[in-house]
Amino acid sequence: MKIHLKIWRQKDSQSKGGFKEYTLDDVHQEMSFLEMLDTLNIKLVKKGEHPVEFDHDCREGICGQCGVMINGIAHGPLKNTTTCQLHMRSFKDGDTIYVEPFKAAAFPVVRDLKINRSSLDHIITSGGYVSVDTGQAPEANTIPITNEIAEAAFDSAACIGCGACVASCKNSSAALFTSAKITQLELLPQGKKETRKRVVAMVNQMEEEGFGHCTNTEACQVECPEDISVLNIARMNYEYNKSKILN
Amino acid sequence: MKNSLNTKIPEGPLSEKWNTYKKKAKLVSPNNRKKLEVIVVGTGLAGASAAASLAEMGYNVKSFCFQDSPRRAHSVAAQGGVNAAKNYKNDGDSVFRMFYDTLKGGDFRSREANTYRLAECSANLIDQATAQGVPFAREYSGYLRNRSFGGVQVSRTFYARGQTGQQLLLGSYQALMRQVNTGKVSLYARHEMLDLVLIDGKAKGIIARNLDTGNVERHGAHAVVLATGGFGKIYYLSTLAMGCNVSAIWRAHKKGAFMANPSWTQIHPTCLPQSGEYQSKLTLMSESLRNDGRIWVPKDKNETRKANDIPEEERDYYLERKYPAFGNLAPRDIASRSAKEQIDEGKGVGELKNAVYLDFSRALKEYGKDVIVERYGNLFSMYKKITDIDAYLEPMKISPAAHFSMGGLWVDYELMTTIPGLFAIGEANFSDHGANRLGANSLLQACVDGYFVLPYTLQNFLADEIKNPKTDINHPEFDKAEEAVKKQMEGFLATKGNKTAEEFHKVLGSELYDKCGLSRSKEGLEKAIENIRELRKEFKENLIVPGDASEVNSELEKAGRVADYMEIAELMCVDALQREESCGAHFRIEYQTEEGEAKRDDANFCYSSAWEWNKDPSTPILNKENLTFETVTPSVRSYK
Repeated sequence: MKIHLKIWRQKDSQSKGGFKEYTLDDVHQEMSFLEMLDTLNIKLVKKGEHPVEFDHDCREGICGQCGVMINGIAHGPLKNTTTCQLHMRSFKDGDTIYVEPFKAAAFPVVRDLKINRSSLDHIITSGGYVSVDTGQAPEANTIPITNEIAEAAFDSAACIGCGACVASCKNSSAALFTSAKITQLELLPQGKKETRKRVVAMVNQMEEEGFGHCTNTEACQVECPEDISVLNIARMNYEYNKSKILN
Repeated sequence: MKNSLNTKIPEGPLSEKWNTYKKKAKLVSPNNRKKLEVIVVGTGLAGASAAASLAEMGYNVKSFCFQDSPRRAHSVAAQGGVNAAKNYKNDGDSVFRMFYDTLKGGDFRSREANTYRLAECSANLIDQATAQGVPFAREYSGYLRNRSFGGVQVSRTFYARGQTGQQLLLGSYQALMRQVNTGKVSLYARHEMLDLVLIDGKAKGIIARNLDTGNVERHGAHAVVLATGGFGKIYYLSTLAMGCNVSAIWRAHKKGAFMANPSWTQIHPTCLPQSGEYQSKLTLMSESLRNDGRIWVPKDKNETRKANDIPEEERDYYLERKYPAFGNLAPRDIASRSAKEQIDEGKGVGELKNAVYLDFSRALKEYGKDVIVERYGNLFSMYKKITDIDAYLEPMKISPAAHFSMGGLWVDYELMTTIPGLFAIGEANFSDHGANRLGANSLLQACVDGYFVLPYTLQNFLADEIKNPKTDINHPEFDKAEEAVKKQMEGFLATKGNKTAEEFHKVLGSELYDKCGLSRSKEGLEKAIENIRELRKEFKENLIVPGDASEVNSELEKAGRVADYMEIAELMCVDALQREESCGAHFRIEYQTEEGEAKRDDANFCYSSAWEWNKDPSTPILNKENLTFETVTPSVRSYK
């Protein structure tokens, strides 16, 4: 099928970007969205042009490195699907597709569709862990955790750190990302004792990185490939306020 | 041919070797640790766990990865689980049994002492990961749950839904970031190692390129650890991430580190088949599907009907027919090879006739859809997402794909390569899995190397480095290495041909898959070597890389990786050609039993091949590490 593309091109973080138009005549329905971009890039390179730079690695929906806005929606039209798992059968012959990077003040563009998401790493660095050194661990079964709690912790731990929640939020808030880690560790006895310190550090870091505030539009959960629940945010707010009072 | 490798295996009985080593290993006092610097390349399970553990001890660590965050490393994609000899099930498991299963699974081609240590340290890993908050599956009582996995008779696999790798990696990533917070780890994401720097014969640093700016940087240290994973991506179509590569270990090899058993690649039987020329990746489906799915092809190779229209008597359930005892649960190498045989005979299914059916109709009838949804629901929906086919209504189509590198840099018992001060851990080394890796042992090896082995063995090395000052990155060896790296990149940019690095990679990959993949022959390998040399020549003359080296340039990154693949591809074929036996994943068609099974030759090939670089990709030198089995007697691996 024939696909028209309008792709955001930007040489580096300092340059001004803009849309550039391309047309592909030989797109197969079974192609993944990224394989469609690969096809375009081979054509560009053969003409001596710079290919469209985009982030990707595992191409099976788990590493969290891919992610672009497709027709204004993070990761495109399918629910709970990363960009690499989206296939061209979701589009029709003759369609025009707009492709842009995830946009947020805390995600500067590196080139074209590639962005810098190290701000998310910084949030984890500020406290998203259990403070245990190698060698200190007790025998695993001395920390019993009911199946229900373990499964709930997993639901929060499933976040792949792609940043779609930030890109989908009108305030560019990282509340869903941050709260998912806070909730996972708060639910588990191993992480619980550090909650007070952790939640304050991580929320402060989130603000320092330039992410906006959460105003409960819940757009983040809608576009999240892992369907991380906004209830995590409610828990983060509760824990944050509790810590502020108790500290 | 030389036999001069010092494995440094400690004396004493197998079960005491690691304790003996730890008792005698040299220590570095906490005061001195802060004077020492270590470079760790790679942030997967091996790299992140090593970097975090070393920083916790007080060493200064520089951690590098080419991804945009350490959390993206490909350990993240492992699905099934991680083995540990906890014997929580009281079903007869023990360190020795786990060791024996791993050794047998590897077809008696691994080093006894290393494999034993892997099993010995396995239980510690479950404790460590649990303490970090890894949400392993639990019984309703709250205790940890186990399941069984291929090739063993006990339940020793711990898992976190179908995302065990992701959860373990997040545990070690978080441990790493905690050390970034203390200032003991400096993180260099989006940095690719392009060369190793040796001073007076010792590994003293690396040359790395900042992929965001194009800057070529020098980094010095007292020791260098490579945790850069496997290189199955050389086949182009594989289960690996797009960025996985051989460059770090290959460039270290060219500086003097021996490369062991490079041709031993595990080809995973249950992956989604290729659907067209444009395809970039073969997604792996957990092999747990083989518990209830039945594998078959049509008996008639001219079959044109849809799967559901082919009557029972015209189907060949070839694994059940050939291996009645294990049936559809035959080990990975056997299942993959049998699929290829059927496909090669023209009985493959699907548009490109490159797949076999994995059929759940009997299980659906027997247990009902609800049970199948509960067991495999996420896999069925993943299948639907990628292929748009509902596998509850018709059989899945699967095919084998390159997956895990059993080979890698040769290391001694301390995980040190033949270059003093250069260590290799995780999939980047060769030591624990022999000629075939058992399921759920890869996450384990990466973690055990990084958390529990390297912190002892590296310290033993560093104890003698205390007197040495910080490495001077203005040393002429750094000048030389940086210049060579820049010259190579300029060469790629100046070629201005008309074939992209990826196009070369695809040709190389299909050549290797065909002739140095599931089955190999003298004739095929000799032909492959010829073709690879030809292709390497064309690569030099006809590559196109746009842009320049001082910007974000993914084509330039790929060119460097493919250039290295072009060289190691030949060594893989030479390695496979030299080994005139069949063992594990290495199947030479000339060496098989009458029933078509692998025929090992313990009298002549009971060794690991450690190849030494000798100026040119076509003239490697073979060194042998003879494998001696003090505790077990190698037996014939039978799954009939």
